[in-house]
Amino acid sequence: MTGHPIVSKAGFGWILKMAWRDGKASGKRLLLFMASIILGIAAVVSIQSFSQNLKENIASQSKTLMGADYRIDSNQLPTEKVQKIIDSLGPRGREVSFASMAAFPKNGATKLVQIRGIEGGFPLYGEFETIPPTAAVDYKTKNGVLVDATLMLQYKLNLGDSVKVGALTFPIIGSVISAPGSNAISTTVAPPIILPYRFIANTGLLQTGSRYKYNYYFKAAPKFDIAALDKAIDPILDAENADFDSHMSVSQRLGKRYENFAKFLNLVAFIALLLGCVGIASSVHIYIKEKLRGIAILKCLGATRRQTFLIYLIQIAGLGLLGGIIGTLLGVGLQQAFPLILQEFLPFMVEITTAVQPMVIGLLLGLFMSVLFALLPLLSTWYVSPLEVLRVQENSPKEIKRAAIFVLLGIIVFIYFFAFWLLKNSSYAIAFVVGILLTFSILAGVASLFMWLIKKYFPSSWGFTARMSLLNLYRPNNQTMVLILAIGVGSFLISTLYFTKDILLAKATLEANAENPNMILLDVQTNQRDEVTKIISPKGLPIIDNIPIITMRMHSIKGVSVNDMRLDTTLTMNKWILNHEFRVTYRDTMIASEKLASGKFKNDFQHNGAIPISLSDNIARDASVVIGDTLVFNVQGVLMQTTVASIRVVDWGRMQLNFSVVFPEGVLEDAPQFHIISTTAPDEKTSAELQRELVTKFPNVSVIDLRQVITLVQGILDKISWIINFMAFFSILTGIIVLVGSVRTSKYQRIRESVLLRTLGAKSNQILKITALEYLYLGIMGSGIGILLSLISAQLLAWLVFDSPFIPSWVPFGILLPGITIMVLLIGLGNSRSILNSPPLEVLRQEG
Amino acid sequence: MTKILNVRNLGKSYISGSKRLTVLDDITFDVEAGASFSIVGPSGSGKTTLLGLCAGLDKSDTGSVSLCGTVLDSLNEDERALLRNKNIGFVFQDFQLLPTLTALENVSVPLELQGNKDAAQIAKELLQKVGLGERTHHYPSQLSGGEQQRVALARAFSNKPALLFADEPTGNLDEETGEKVIQLLFDLNKEAGTTLVIVTHDLDLAKRTQHILHLKGGKILTNETTTAS
Repeated sequence: MTGHPIVSKAGFGWILKMAWRDGKASGKRLLLFMASIILGIAAVVSIQSFSQNLKENIASQSKTLMGADYRIDSNQLPTEKVQKIIDSLGPRGREVSFASMAAFPKNGATKLVQIRGIEGGFPLYGEFETIPPTAAVDYKTKNGVLVDATLMLQYKLNLGDSVKVGALTFPIIGSVISAPGSNAISTTVAPPIILPYRFIANTGLLQTGSRYKYNYYFKAAPKFDIAALDKAIDPILDAENADFDSHMSVSQRLGKRYENFAKFLNLVAFIALLLGCVGIASSVHIYIKEKLRGIAILKCLGATRRQTFLIYLIQIAGLGLLGGIIGTLLGVGLQQAFPLILQEFLPFMVEITTAVQPMVIGLLLGLFMSVLFALLPLLSTWYVSPLEVLRVQENSPKEIKRAAIFVLLGIIVFIYFFAFWLLKNSSYAIAFVVGILLTFSILAGVASLFMWLIKKYFPSSWGFTARMSLLNLYRPNNQTMVLILAIGVGSFLISTLYFTKDILLAKATLEANAENPNMILLDVQTNQRDEVTKIISPKGLPIIDNIPIITMRMHSIKGVSVNDMRLDTTLTMNKWILNHEFRVTYRDTMIASEKLASGKFKNDFQHNGAIPISLSDNIARDASVVIGDTLVFNVQGVLMQTTVASIRVVDWGRMQLNFSVVFPEGVLEDAPQFHIISTTAPDEKTSAELQRELVTKFPNVSVIDLRQVITLVQGILDKISWIINFMAFFSILTGIIVLVGSVRTSKYQRIRESVLLRTLGAKSNQILKITALEYLYLGIMGSGIGILLSLISAQLLAWLVFDSPFIPSWVPFGILLPGITIMVLLIGLGNSRSILNSPPLEVLRQEG
Repeated sequence: MTKILNVRNLGKSYISGSKRLTVLDDITFDVEAGASFSIVGPSGSGKTTLLGLCAGLDKSDTGSVSLCGTVLDSLNEDERALLRNKNIGFVFQDFQLLPTLTALENVSVPLELQGNKDAAQIAKELLQKVGLGERTHHYPSQLSGGEQQRVALARAFSNKPALLFADEPTGNLDEETGEKVIQLLFDLNKEAGTTLVIVTHDLDLAKRTQHILHLKGGKILTNETTTAS
């Protein structure tokens, strides 16, 4: 060659100019690509921002949330050792809390509540928010109680009304709106009643078997090292069945709980974003395909591959960035709504500020994801030959296929890293990527199969319009795959969420049906058992369970005392076993929620040798024991040598009384014990009457009304599913935008066909029918496959995760399928209106 | 005179199904700088393929093409693109204007690629010269076929090419418009002193060039010199 320069003199400025010129003329279509990712980014940014705000709020309000700098708690009266530590640290407040029944003489109602007996200056930080505000202090001196505000509303209680707690009756002197140490969910199940500590003993509620908790609250000097104190005394406290919590650790735990939920919502948002990206890839594919001729012309005129590639890459990147900006702004606005949505799950109001990190993430996501997903179609700009100007080139070069594989790998790697960043767990991230790939592959596979089947078994005998509509599904550059993906993923998400909620509710309600009890009486003392039975039976209600419970602790495991084990730093077993107070029962058979894993369930004891007991599999695992190993229990001062005779797998998820340690009959009958009695009340009225009578006669007995619990569970699930649906809505809306985008993009292709048909004499009505039928097929296929896939995944969830029968609801089939199909149909037809209403030549000229 | 285009033993074939289809076979000819040259032949004779190879739009299987002293076979695609930008102008049967660019922008592109800062001004003058001074900001879809081809002519001459390839330049135009466009092509060519290579099946048009290369079945039938000046 001669000395021709091989560097183009047109610089980056020219590339930008060309990107702008070309983009300007393709404005409307490019805006649709952008719209595909806006909602996904808005969803991700809003959740990210809110999570960050929540985290910061929890951290900044940690002392207020706990009401102290640190606390020592125990499920029993502190031992001498613990009491010495507490005294040496100088507690500023003390609390005992437990669940109990409260009765309201005004209307005769009863309710399971959380009694909080408080003494001293608690809360040391923050305050009880009460009505009237003075009540937060007055209750200490005026011998009254503070009652949860919602509870007062539910039971139509007013200030001055009485509430009976155990043997004592108090006037209500204030309603509690919020209190440090209570969280929203627990107060829904058992709303708090706060009273002065000094009255607790006289209520007579602290009896054998009562599940109470003592908290001692402390304030630290400004530079006091709480973490060092924790490290120094926690092991001692652990050994004495007490615990140390700092305000930081409590806020971390709280943060973690919400973080898990936020992670899940983040994934839902990410799926919406991915869906949008599929839309981008599809729209860019068609867009670039139409540009190839222009690119060939540019190459013919002397533009290099790099220049032509960059023109379109810059266009897409610009749109991605713009989409990122709009999505981020939308997300920042949207997060303002989250505190309202999540209010009932949060122990405080979240102050929303604008966090920088999620905004940066939003912008980068917009830019990076649109470029990444557009790369595949953009590759063709690199490989298009200038010869395209003279004649259409049929075969794409091999290099493009190799490059496409790299791009696809890049996309998978990106999804993995993003999922990993969200979940902070590589296994979950892999599972997510595999799940996404599987769902997309199945949908894509079914779409391909569908097209192949139509082609192979084309119904030639069908009428003109029906045949033409089927032909459209597999014509060159068809949008069948993308539309089925977009519709399918959206339908799959929504119906999976719906089915999962169904499983959870079914699981809860199933347990309450038929012969299963719906009222459980806790803390029935041995001397009260017969009298309680005498109240229940005359009402015609069955005594379904009468379960004795004996509390005990582990004394030694396989001959090694728990005291020695506590000191053994090399011990790998789970140490909670060493300090736990076990609630044990005795019986001669296994129950429905149990399955024998190994050994033999012994139903009696011959009073020779060690007592054969049965352990649940989790206890056996945590204590590192197998069949035949010996365990010695301390049953309220008496040591009992036992041997592991059987190990059971227990379904703890069932609303049923399950036990980790079961003794045979003939051993514990004379030990101090209390009872749990269950019955089933046919209606709410009978249940309320029974509760009233029981609470009046036996104030220490707590009654759990499963019917109420199920209503509560349903309420909580409804709220959670509302939030999930809210997020899934982004996927659906993105799906719609992708759908509109795909339909609009394909419009430019099919417009010529439709116009040609009209020119050849096809009536508007016929073209309308062809279009309607095509979108009808797509709508039914996409939503149908999506719902069927969700049915399979819900079945798997029911089987593998919830271990619960699954009866699919008709709603996804009856409402979702026709709803989505009609929507697809309307979008498709709306798009073709301009073709139908204008003369052929005008349409051709307009569309250029 | 200097040879601006040397074609030696050029051959090109395609695989069609399981068969090899020879489109061009042992083509050899030269084009002198400043001359007008036409390639004629029936459909399928290999005219367009030959033009593609001569302009560096495609690579030959055998033989070589030397354009403005540069052997094309040794250049990669980007080097050929830059060579085209510097030395070649194109006029196509179906105009091949960029649909998203206005007439002015279409004409400016080759100049902008050369880094010419006066691209817009030169393009405007060229559009005036082809009679489209008032339609500079119109998009191709807003112009008639004849107008589009005149924009294409302005674009082809914008980078002052040494060699201009025209592929059936009147193929998509009616007779009257076609004649006007051809007249304009020859006028501009004369004014710029450009070498002109026209691919056509129109013998009357071919006779207006100084040389006619007849192709049939991918082979040269004749290579004659006309009396045209």
